[in-house]
Amino acid sequence: MATKASRSAARVMMAPAVVLLLGWMLVPLTMTLYFSFKKYLPMRGDSLENGLDWVGFENYTRFISSSAFWPSVQTTLVMVGGVLAITVILGILLAILLDQPFWGQGVVRILVIAPFFVMPTVSALVWKNMLMDPVNGIFAHLWRFFGADPVSWLSDASLSSIILIVSWQWLPFATLILLTAIQSLDSEQLEAAEMDGAPPLSRFWHIILPHLSRAITIVILIQTIFLLSIFAEIFVTTGGAFGTRTLTYLIFQRVVDSQNIGLGSAGGVYAIILANIVAIFLMRIVGKNLDA
Amino acid sequence: MHLRNALRAATALSLTMVGAAQAETITIATVNNGDMIRMQGYTDDFTAKTGHEVEWVTLEENVLRQRVTTDITTKGGAFDIMTIGMYETPIWGANGWLVPLDDLSAEYDVDDILPAMRNGLSHDGTLYAAPFYGESSMVMYRTDLMEKAGLEMPEAPTWDFIREAAAAMDDPANDINGICLRGKAGWGEGGAFITVTGNSFGARWFDEDWNAQFDQPEWKEALTFFVNLMNDYGPEGYATNGFNENLSLFQQGKCGMWIDATVAASFVTNPNDSTVADSVGFALAPDNGLGKRSNWLWAWALAIPAGTQKEAAAKEFIEWATSKEYIELVAANEGWANVPPGARTSLYETPEYQEVPFAKMTLDSINAADPTNPTVDPVPYVGIQFVAIPEFAGIATEVSQEFSAVYAGQQTVDEALEKAQAITNDAMEAAGYR
Amino acid sequence: MARAVTPQRKILTTLVAWIIGLLIFFPIFWTILTSFKTEAQAINDPPLFLFFDWTLENYAVVQERSDYMRFLWNSVIIAGGSTLLGVLIAVPAAWSMAFVPSRRTKDILLWMLSTKMLPAVGVLYPISLLFVEFNLLDTRIGLIVVLMLINLPIIVWMLYTYFREIPGEILEAARMDGATLKEEILYVLTPMAIPGIASTVLLNIILAWNEAFWTLNLTAAQAAPLTAFIASYSSPEGLFFAKLSAASTMAIAPILILGWFSQKQLVRGLTFGAVK
Repeated sequence: MATKASRSAARVMMAPAVVLLLGWMLVPLTMTLYFSFKKYLPMRGDSLENGLDWVGFENYTRFISSSAFWPSVQTTLVMVGGVLAITVILGILLAILLDQPFWGQGVVRILVIAPFFVMPTVSALVWKNMLMDPVNGIFAHLWRFFGADPVSWLSDASLSSIILIVSWQWLPFATLILLTAIQSLDSEQLEAAEMDGAPPLSRFWHIILPHLSRAITIVILIQTIFLLSIFAEIFVTTGGAFGTRTLTYLIFQRVVDSQNIGLGSAGGVYAIILANIVAIFLMRIVGKNLDA
Repeated sequence: MHLRNALRAATALSLTMVGAAQAETITIATVNNGDMIRMQGYTDDFTAKTGHEVEWVTLEENVLRQRVTTDITTKGGAFDIMTIGMYETPIWGANGWLVPLDDLSAEYDVDDILPAMRNGLSHDGTLYAAPFYGESSMVMYRTDLMEKAGLEMPEAPTWDFIREAAAAMDDPANDINGICLRGKAGWGEGGAFITVTGNSFGARWFDEDWNAQFDQPEWKEALTFFVNLMNDYGPEGYATNGFNENLSLFQQGKCGMWIDATVAASFVTNPNDSTVADSVGFALAPDNGLGKRSNWLWAWALAIPAGTQKEAAAKEFIEWATSKEYIELVAANEGWANVPPGARTSLYETPEYQEVPFAKMTLDSINAADPTNPTVDPVPYVGIQFVAIPEFAGIATEVSQEFSAVYAGQQTVDEALEKAQAITNDAMEAAGYR
Repeated sequence: MARAVTPQRKILTTLVAWIIGLLIFFPIFWTILTSFKTEAQAINDPPLFLFFDWTLENYAVVQERSDYMRFLWNSVIIAGGSTLLGVLIAVPAAWSMAFVPSRRTKDILLWMLSTKMLPAVGVLYPISLLFVEFNLLDTRIGLIVVLMLINLPIIVWMLYTYFREIPGEILEAARMDGATLKEEILYVLTPMAIPGIASTVLLNIILAWNEAFWTLNLTAAQAAPLTAFIASYSSPEGLFFAKLSAASTMAIAPILILGWFSQKQLVRGLTFGAVK
């Protein structure tokens, strides 16, 4: 149906979005690349007007050879992986549960998706102060009630705590997408399987899960993009201490705490590379589900 | 953009022609501490006196630092007044980013500002920020618990005595910790505390050639002492406790002692918030017999970023907010114990203020702090709980994170010191010191 | 979904679902509850549930200290404006991707998503410098543009997946009847895609409302939305649990209410093309 005319019209209509995003990508990226080859210490008086000194790949080698670099990559991967695992697995279970008939479906659905509406800063503050505080937090009260010593969540189980907080925020998103997918499942097919005497687990494995694969792919893809740049949750809770410094947070420390823009920009370039490696990896594993 | 510049010039011209009486709206970035919040409540008084309106941007300390630092280095010009500390002021002043406060009015009486504060907020003898309040650190302790333990707090205790007193007051069965101290990561939190503790143990950040000193025995001694003290008599999870957490613990009666900012004295003695308000005593921060006490010096101060269009109005605000009159205004409305402390000599000469229980110890602590000579061995830097170089905030945040990991039992003192040494030397190399 | 289930099973499902739902909602519930306590009650041991003297004091204190309506209004303008602008730009793009696909369509989509991979902190200086250069600092329009650009890939993608589900024959029929491209989009396509557009709009309002890095770093007094409002209540001196809870409740309440009213729409619409 695509005529020549509609092709050129399509190009015109796509142009604003493409041009804007191209600019949004290229301008900061070019500046970041430029800064990454420069000595740019604003606190020492370096500024664009005065001209910046060229330092070659020094920022790149310094950033990658810092003792904080590889642990931060690892932390990033563990955090993203942990949140993905939790949200996808719990999301599937929750979606199946919410798809069952029960009283008060609408209300429960509202309760379950509510965390998605909470801004990251607020959810981090609430979890840190109201729930995980080792003296006045609800968890501490619970632990004491059962005769256990309260846990200092954000120092003793720091990374797991942050994974928990972020998972709480993203679980609704995963659940929503998976729920929509489950609802589109042909119930006759399921009933037929039930008639044939297929046990629930086998029905799940052979009918539900394959049907969800596309939705799972999309959950993973979208969440990964957001999770790679998680910032507020770490800033509010641990400030990067106790092994919670992700690559994004390390860049923040270089740019804001150390005021070394060149070094931070080199870190930014590494972060893009890491994101693309993750993306290629994801495409390899789940990409075929995206064909359409 | 030519048009915009022309417009701007025209506006500036018309403003000068109308003269200084022109009412302006100034934007002030400030921290969400109690004294600043109180100041916002009195903004009407300033507006009534000068005609200028004020827009407040109140942020939590870490966010504020991030925001104002980005603004000043990118010449953003979003603020007419910034609330900054003793660490930033001399560095920014040296870069020419702040308007010198060298032409304040005679009534303002700039010589009345405590010399320690004035020096700390100046660069090359020029004042760049006016202190809204100043602080040192001191021991706050529970007089009732000390009495029960049969001990008496000397006016100038040693670390050994502090340990002894912590042991005597520690009472886990009744939910009382012998001592509460900052362990939270961050250069202004636990980093500040361990640095001043190090000072009293003869440790220092750098030798005179800017070599990191974490491989020296003094640091090991100081850090080991601190970790043992806190593990034995400190609260659970002190690795995440900063000023606020400890304040809350102390107010709830869960600490025998707390060594922290002198401004906390007015909070812990305020019966509205504190369950132990009538049984708090004060003493100088401890030493270790080496001639240096572990007390710091800090001020939250108001500064004007260079390039603001509203310099005159901003100066008027600073003169108002840090004046003697402002102190009297607060005293008249909320009592002398609630005035911003530590900024002016005259405050400590006011008879009413001398009756405030913590006034004398606050002044003595401030006077005992010497930023130009902070350590036992000589150092190339100025600053007590910080090193007044631009790289320090970044380095010390990372170093204090390594220390906090020790407090949480995740690594040993030796491991942390080794990492601290590497982090510091790396960063100093990157900055071109070595 | 009219599968027959035994009553016992329905009761069990109801029980499990409610327990899980309440558990997930608990942090929010607890925050709202704490916002009605005094500071002393907020840290009471054992924790106080419903039986305490409910007070509005915290809300009064928060309102007195910061002008809530101003932050709220900025949030509404910025979240709404960026979403609206984004949809206006995305609809034509998504249309052409869905109905005039080429071999590169999928690549373009993935490339658009990849623009979200540069971490915001990494470009703090570039963007700040640009904002200063173009006098956009502390303006709503600046934030609207930035948030629109951040969310544009998501908007395009969502719209694309909805448009793809619309059968091409309908459009062809419209074209036969002599509809122009503009009419085709306005009168044929858009009405059919309304549910999809609605859930796209919802999701992006949520994302924009909750964006807390740029909204904090590029504003001062004039354009600061609720993310900046909350930054003045985290970790002040002294006890603050109750006031923090009140401020948090105020910051999330509008979007929570919007979300609740439109949850059906979200549940139906949030597919990203996951449903075939």
